[in-house]
Amino acid sequence: MATEHVQPAEVWTPIFGRLTLDWIPYHEPILVGTFGAIVLGGLILLAILTKYRLWVPLWKDWITTIDHKKIGIMYMILGFIMFIRGFADALMMRAQQAMAAGGAEGYLPPHHFDQVFTAHGVIMIFFVAMAFVTGIMNYVMPAQIGARDVAFPFLNNFSFWMTVAGALLVNISLFVGEFARVGWLAFPPLSGSDFSTGPGVDYYLWSLQIAGVGTTLSGINLVATIFKMRAPGMKLFDMPVFTWTTLCTNVLIVAAFPVLTATLALLTLDRYLGTHFFTNDMGGNAMMYVNLIWIWGHPEVYILIIPIFGVFSEIVSTFSGKPLFGYKTMVWATACIMVLSFVVWLHHFFTMGSGANVNTFFGITTMIIAVPTGVKIFNWLFTMYKGRVRFEVPMLWTVGFLVTFTIGGMTGVLLAVPPVDFQLHNTLFLVAHFHNVIIGGVVFGVMAAVTFWWPKAFGFKLDDRWGKRSFWFWCIGFYFAFMPLYALGLMGVTRRMNAYMDSAWQIYFIVAAFGAGLIALGIASTFIGFFVSIKNRKALACGPDPWNGRTLEWAMQSPPAPYNFPQEVHVRGRDEWWRMKQEGFQWSEIYEPIHMPKNTATGVLIAAFALVLGFAMVWYIWWLAIVSFLACLAIGIAHTFNYNRDYWIPESDVAKHEQKGALA
Amino acid sequence: MLRRLKLPPLLLAVLALSGCQYDVLNPSGWVALEQRNLLIISTLLMLIVIIPVLIMSVYFPWKYRARREDQSDYDPEFEHSTSLEVVIWGVPILIVAALGIYTYIYTHRLDPYKPIEHLSAEDAIEVQAVSLDWKWLFIYPQFGVASVNELAIPAGRQVEFKLSSSTVMNTLSIPALGGMVYSMAGMQTKLHLVADHEGVYQGRSAHYSGPGFSQMTFETQAMSDQDFAAWVSNAKGVETPLTRASYLELEAPTIAAPVSYYSDVEDGLFQRIVGLCVQDGKVCMGDMMMQDMQGGGGLEGLGNGAAYEYDRYRRIDGFGNPIPFDPASEGESHGHGHDDMSMNEDNKTAHPSDAAKEYAQNGY
Repeated sequence: MATEHVQPAEVWTPIFGRLTLDWIPYHEPILVGTFGAIVLGGLILLAILTKYRLWVPLWKDWITTIDHKKIGIMYMILGFIMFIRGFADALMMRAQQAMAAGGAEGYLPPHHFDQVFTAHGVIMIFFVAMAFVTGIMNYVMPAQIGARDVAFPFLNNFSFWMTVAGALLVNISLFVGEFARVGWLAFPPLSGSDFSTGPGVDYYLWSLQIAGVGTTLSGINLVATIFKMRAPGMKLFDMPVFTWTTLCTNVLIVAAFPVLTATLALLTLDRYLGTHFFTNDMGGNAMMYVNLIWIWGHPEVYILIIPIFGVFSEIVSTFSGKPLFGYKTMVWATACIMVLSFVVWLHHFFTMGSGANVNTFFGITTMIIAVPTGVKIFNWLFTMYKGRVRFEVPMLWTVGFLVTFTIGGMTGVLLAVPPVDFQLHNTLFLVAHFHNVIIGGVVFGVMAAVTFWWPKAFGFKLDDRWGKRSFWFWCIGFYFAFMPLYALGLMGVTRRMNAYMDSAWQIYFIVAAFGAGLIALGIASTFIGFFVSIKNRKALACGPDPWNGRTLEWAMQSPPAPYNFPQEVHVRGRDEWWRMKQEGFQWSEIYEPIHMPKNTATGVLIAAFALVLGFAMVWYIWWLAIVSFLACLAIGIAHTFNYNRDYWIPESDVAKHEQKGALA
Repeated sequence: MLRRLKLPPLLLAVLALSGCQYDVLNPSGWVALEQRNLLIISTLLMLIVIIPVLIMSVYFPWKYRARREDQSDYDPEFEHSTSLEVVIWGVPILIVAALGIYTYIYTHRLDPYKPIEHLSAEDAIEVQAVSLDWKWLFIYPQFGVASVNELAIPAGRQVEFKLSSSTVMNTLSIPALGGMVYSMAGMQTKLHLVADHEGVYQGRSAHYSGPGFSQMTFETQAMSDQDFAAWVSNAKGVETPLTRASYLELEAPTIAAPVSYYSDVEDGLFQRIVGLCVQDGKVCMGDMMMQDMQGGGGLEGLGNGAAYEYDRYRRIDGFGNPIPFDPASEGESHGHGHDDMSMNEDNKTAHPSDAAKEYAQNGY
């Protein structure tokens, strides 16, 4: 029937659990090729590290660092690496659907295609978008509030490495076993032990649980930082808008991620111990899972977009040479969105058969979110009004965002109308909508943020030409890639099909694939831009405040010293750095020793054992799971006995740093 | 007034040009037509605010560009205006309020559980639609026939779907006729649709359900009453009855199953499908809940757990092949190895439909 292929037989040995050689996909040329490329790249990297004697600096300055700025940069690197993986998945899907029309099978059978779309969703949300926004928040927020670091610097390092461990586990599934074939939210019963018998869903569960530990802890950390670490004098309503959005996002993380953890834990129990939370029989209820996962899932999309609203707020006011229009409205609108995001989850499944009253309630709450979001858009528009708008690259992304996100918002409200959603649910219209807001919002925002804060992080600007090329390829590519999907959705074309009979659809899929190609050029331009800029860093070098910024991060050196600010800043109101500049501010030359936290290897070690634990649980290697779990505990407990956690930077070092910064 | 929506002629022309492919915009059933109208009303309402925003998004940065000649209007202190704030909150609130009213009215009128008002309820055709791995079973209780992967309905009469699933979640979707509703195992959902005129409309599962999902399609044939009667009598003429035993054979996983018909559907089959108790000796969900209400089966109840379980033997591998039932591993958690190589051989060679028969007969 189905296919002549079968999955490797279910066997279990005490040493290797259910892992057998049959699970290594050496017969799949795409995977073997990828593996070869990664091994080759890895070897080259190792050679470079060895040749330039970078092992020790890598360990001392980066891997064990608790500096929020370096951790922020590492989150961005993780995001970009995973972005390549997630985008490769996207290209594979676009190519498959452009080919597989009218009886043609394309090159990806369902077994592979279904893993690709699941991996694409999981990676793009959890390890690209989340990594990017966490990285930006980590880098920028403490600087904006005049702090030297986050509230719990070690926790920050640990959170990052747990995220990396989760990302690694997802990628290990490429070459050992398989990934889930269940869609990015893994609805049971399909993801239960009967219908997903291989290790794919287990990879999904354990990688998200491990990364989820990092995300939750990072949320707690950043909330504590904002409440406890603000510079003296900075009242909540003096905080820059990006800090406000960081606060709202992290409150959402703290409130929503435990729901994800619990839901996935229940599914894990179903799969491992044979419980019946979400099974068809014995009183299990899959609808419960769908509700729970979306109670996390809807706030999650706001976790991604709210910090980006903050990014655009900073960029618009900086490049318009004006304070943000309607600061208080902006803050309240963000808070509204934060609260409302918890009462709209059911709009993801109007078609489940809830009554008309329930559907109406959730439809209308969803539309209400459009109001504060619309207000934000107006606020950005009126910030430009009567301003002096400089068309630097971050501003290009902002205008692209305003146009694209508005269109995506409109189609979102359409989907919020239950009877309309009955028709468009699970069609490519939906796929086009959420890519419209995630690409038009989050991706454009991240690209704008990277261009905007890069000079702060490295002391030189990004190359302008490649930045513009990247923007235009992305922007035009987006419209080519997703407008055809809107059209297909209006024809009733369903998502997640690896092949379809109606060959009239094919031309739309081909146009979409062309758009994906343009986006690929955009991504290439970004990376070439990084390369070119690093090469020309002398020519592109700039001072600490290249954009004439308004908030405190521009008061630091570029790149900033480990302690951020040589003296404590006293804040008197909003846009403090702008005011300081008006007053002709100079740092005092009398320095004092600065108290800082010490690096530690605990985070990376626990995360490494957590990765082993996840792998062992996926493959039922119980002895290894027990050993690695105990190792995590032991390292964690040992860390609590380490009292040697802080040090003082002597004033002479501070003075040296500051002189160097003044010369640059 | 809301009921008779007059579309601007231009919009109609655009729709006509778009051709019949655009099932959602150019539908063939009343439900889909109403949903289309709401789509257009909502879009127009939103364009009131979207179009100015789009214009301003491009016009403002251009108009207030730093390199403009006359910069006398530069106002570096302008950051608040109460009247502007009233407008930017007020206009979206008004639009959302209007949209909310439409949403309330249409959501209630187009509640898929509710019979279509303007059509006679007596003339309704009842279809019990069951999503199997990976095909659709349509049972016509009024006529005692059933079909697989083909839905025949008389045009102009409302169709009352009762939906359920034998395995994972699916969605019955016929975009030309109207919106979709999930089908879920152990549960029954409802959907009312009508085809306004005769024709063939594509239907499919619109909720990803595993390896055979892409081919989980069917044709909806809306026909005249006479043709429908002929279709029913043709189905009655086939030799294969749909009994509990033949249903269990049918529901074994298959991909791209051909159209087939069943005469003589066993009474109460759909209720047993919903109750997860088609197999002999299984306790139906309703009875199970009643037992639970009365305090459960007590210690004796532990002995016959199998009667309450439903789908252990449904395990499939990643390619859609059933994994043969293995009594040795029953009742144990995963991971306990059985080094029985002959079983593994079976795994590779077993013909699925044989396997299905075997399970249907033996259970466990």
